[in-house]
Amino acid sequence: MGERQPAAESAGGFAVSRRSGRVSPNEAQEIAVRADADIVVARQRGRELAASLGFGPTDQTLIATAISELTRNIVLYAQRGRIVLKAIVGQGGKRGIMVVARDDGPGIPNVEQALQSGFSTSGGLGLGLPGVRRLTDEFHIASEVGHGTTVTVKKWNR
Amino acid sequence: MVVPILKQGPYLIATIPTALADADLQSLRDGLVAQVGRCRSRGVIVDITALDVMDSFAVRTVRDIAHMTRLRGAETVIVGMQPEVALSVVQLGLTLEGVHAALDLEEGLAFLDEKANAVRGGRPGG
Repeated sequence: MGERQPAAESAGGFAVSRRSGRVSPNEAQEIAVRADADIVVARQRGRELAASLGFGPTDQTLIATAISELTRNIVLYAQRGRIVLKAIVGQGGKRGIMVVARDDGPGIPNVEQALQSGFSTSGGLGLGLPGVRRLTDEFHIASEVGHGTTVTVKKWNR
Repeated sequence: MVVPILKQGPYLIATIPTALADADLQSLRDGLVAQVGRCRSRGVIVDITALDVMDSFAVRTVRDIAHMTRLRGAETVIVGMQPEVALSVVQLGLTLEGVHAALDLEEGLAFLDEKANAVRGGRPGG
């Protein structure tokens, strides 16, 4: 997979909506995903946003882990895509975080199967989607073969 | 980022930093497997105290380290997993089958010492 990428891109860093300074919780952050180094960037951004929204250390870790898995899927299966992180407000004013993982990759032929527990979740090169679903409160996936996959997850602060 | 591998008597100790890219974790795996031979090590300790996220790739690579070093004659112990990380690993449905774990570095070293003593004690005339 790595060989197919032009050297300039695999060596390249990452692009985020705001590289430095305070991150406004209300502003959606977009993280371009092109190489495995972006996995670490995405999950660190997610942890920072979760912390700023008042999530405790345990939830911060669960959110960061879910983002890590989703970003890894992009790198593994689509080579490139993006992660969008956004603060959200739900019913009764509860606060939460939304993570959107989007790619224009090959898509998933059998989404049902990919969501089944035990389907390549043994730590192999699996999609890890059932695990991501367990780590989050809301999970939505849209995938079209040849056009790409979008996974949206939400976690609410209790 | 290169993870340094320290030699402590018959053991090797590697401390994983907070954020480690996939390629660096794989380099650590290869480094440990090679070093076990160069140093004739009997045990390996992978300290993950600082690691704040353990996803499927990290779990798989740590499992690979344990299995590969065992095939080279050294036992691997994972030490220092944070409670939140343990929860996320379990929720992800990942397992570290066949990998020894200990609370911290001290317990990990004690485990390896016990293991080494058991091996020596079990040898005829040893």
